[in-house]
Amino acid sequence: MSVGLEHYLVVSGLLFGLGLLGVMLRRNLLVVFMSIELMLNASNLALVAFSRFNRHLDGQVMVFFVITVAAAEVAVGLALIVALCRLRLKPDVEELTTLKL
Amino acid sequence: MSGPEQLAWGTLLLPLLAAACVTLFALRRPAMSAILSIGAASGVFVLSVGLFASLHGAPPREVAVTWLSVGGLEIELGLRLDALSLLMLLVVTGVSLTIHVFSLGYMRGDRSAGRYFAGLSLFLFAMLAIVLANNFLFLFIGWELVGVSSYLLIGFWYDRPAAADASKKAFLVNRLGDFGFFAGLLVVWTAMGTLDFGELEGKLAANPQSLGGLTSVAGLLIFCGVLGKSAQFPLHVWLPDAMEGPTPVSALIHAATMVAAGVYLLCRVFFLLALPGSIALEVIAWVGAFTALLAALISIQQNDIKRILAYSTLSQLGYMVMAVGVSGAARSPVPAMYHLTTHACFKALLFLGAGSVIVALHHQQDIWRMGGLRRRMPLTFVTFLVAALALCGLPPFSGFFSKDAILAAALSADVGGRSVLFGAGVLVAGLTGFYMTRLVVVVFGGASRTQAADHARESPWILTVPLLVLAVPSALSGFWGIDVAYARQFGVSHPADTGGIVARLTGTFAHAPAAAFGGLATALVGIGAAAVCYWRAPQDGLSKWLGAVGRWMRDRFYIDEAQAALNSWTQERLAWLADVIDRWVIGGAMVRGAHGAVSLAGRLLRLTQTGNPRTHAVLFAAGVAVVVLIVLVR
Repeated sequence: MSVGLEHYLVVSGLLFGLGLLGVMLRRNLLVVFMSIELMLNASNLALVAFSRFNRHLDGQVMVFFVITVAAAEVAVGLALIVALCRLRLKPDVEELTTLKL
Repeated sequence: MSGPEQLAWGTLLLPLLAAACVTLFALRRPAMSAILSIGAASGVFVLSVGLFASLHGAPPREVAVTWLSVGGLEIELGLRLDALSLLMLLVVTGVSLTIHVFSLGYMRGDRSAGRYFAGLSLFLFAMLAIVLANNFLFLFIGWELVGVSSYLLIGFWYDRPAAADASKKAFLVNRLGDFGFFAGLLVVWTAMGTLDFGELEGKLAANPQSLGGLTSVAGLLIFCGVLGKSAQFPLHVWLPDAMEGPTPVSALIHAATMVAAGVYLLCRVFFLLALPGSIALEVIAWVGAFTALLAALISIQQNDIKRILAYSTLSQLGYMVMAVGVSGAARSPVPAMYHLTTHACFKALLFLGAGSVIVALHHQQDIWRMGGLRRRMPLTFVTFLVAALALCGLPPFSGFFSKDAILAAALSADVGGRSVLFGAGVLVAGLTGFYMTRLVVVVFGGASRTQAADHARESPWILTVPLLVLAVPSALSGFWGIDVAYARQFGVSHPADTGGIVARLTGTFAHAPAAAFGGLATALVGIGAAAVCYWRAPQDGLSKWLGAVGRWMRDRFYIDEAQAALNSWTQERLAWLADVIDRWVIGGAMVRGAHGAVSLAGRLLRLTQTGNPRTHAVLFAAGVAVVVLIVLVR
């Protein structure tokens, strides 16, 4: 059996859903972080698949941007986590309530 | 545009220039301000004489510049030179000039004389604007400026509470009338599409029905303005209070400028009032007659020399207004303008004479603290007597002719109840004779009642020369054919009596014997009665004899009090209601309500802000899901 566009998209959707669940449910900031990366990569997968099947390179160009943004995001996010650790807070989302009014 | 029109603009603007110069440069220099102001007044007088001489008998001329042009609405500022405005110009500037000169003596030593003269010049400018205006709007501007300048001058001694109150009262009461006037102006403009007097007259002459159902309404609304400015019942209350201003100002207001403006307006727009089917003239006649009678009755029991004259002015204004009202049959309000002219001269003279007496007695105004002044102040006495006789309407003084013209017009009027109007006029003539004789006898006759009166001395020439100048027209202007000059304005043939003095006198009696003999006889009766009552009287014997009625007269029939009560009943309650609405409905429910609702919503929405990133993530995801759903469903 040949692998079609649908298969890629289903995998991409599953990955995205897993990432979203991870963001919403996990407590550890590092894991939340990795879940966000997972969501980004799920979208990358979808973009590449579209690009391949539509014979059009726009999707792959987009992926480069997503990877760049993801790298930048990792840098910022890890810096935040390090800063939190310096404040001797656990890297736990339950601790981060300073956004509350 | 050539000579005369340029002169007219100069005439109009010269006093304004003087007022501006005084305000800007000479406010603290009394002598300089007086020179500027009197210079402007004399310049204007000379110009008016020139205008009158060159345009007398010529057809009406107009000159206008466009002031505003907004869409289809074009408003002009224009001057109209016709028989009416030319003669009125002469009266206003002539009387004003003598009052300006008199002011120089009267206001000597007052540190704020600069402010006084600036006000005087502004007043003159405003009045000239009314006289010369060729359309309603320009006239209205002058009308309002007269109100403003009278406010400034009545409240000249603003540190006195009475003067400050009087100036406010004058201004507010006038505003009340002007509101009606402005409404009338709008009615005319809506119906006719023009405010130009010449155009209006032409259109109305071509089609008297063009105002439709608004014929009476327009006339009556315009008359509202006259009620205020010419102090007719029930808006007459400001005029006696206006006595709080300096005496020359009283003379100016009472004689040639402010109150005359109302009657002048009535004559100016007579064509509008006299339209067939309009009840305006009838109302005007009755209001005038009532005011004349009421004021004459009040005047009998006043004790302040200026107040007696003030009520006398009210009464004479009532006469003039009545004269306009009864002129419907003759198609021309010549008697009103005639009386306005003669009255301007002798009433200015009376007020200036009173001013001279007041100065001599160190600002004593109670007539019962005067007496015997005929020997101490002979010049003032003689001129005052001339004016008083003119006011009483004795031949050959000017007042006789104009009053007789009014009574004759009342006799031949085409309004219902003209015999009542005539009777009221005759009665007022008698009352006038009574209160003027009372005034003259008590002030100048008998023996001095106080030390001050005993030591009074004749005023300096700066005060007496204006008196002498005014005495000439007061005595003689009945022979000058003023009525013939006015008649030219209204295009009616007047029984031109170009004969000599005797011919004019006999002509008056022959023309309407009932009016002439009736008015003269009652005036003589009034004079005689007052002479009997007050000759060498130590105090007012009549007021005891009159009892309660006398008290009513002295207290001005409690009209001021009634109006104050009405005010506190209506206006104060209205103000209270407005306050409640403002405080609770607008401030409470609307302003604070809006603020409260927004604040409450904010507080509620704040509960969703837990600060937990996971909650935010869930809400964010839910939001995205909703957006995606909406996009997909559509």
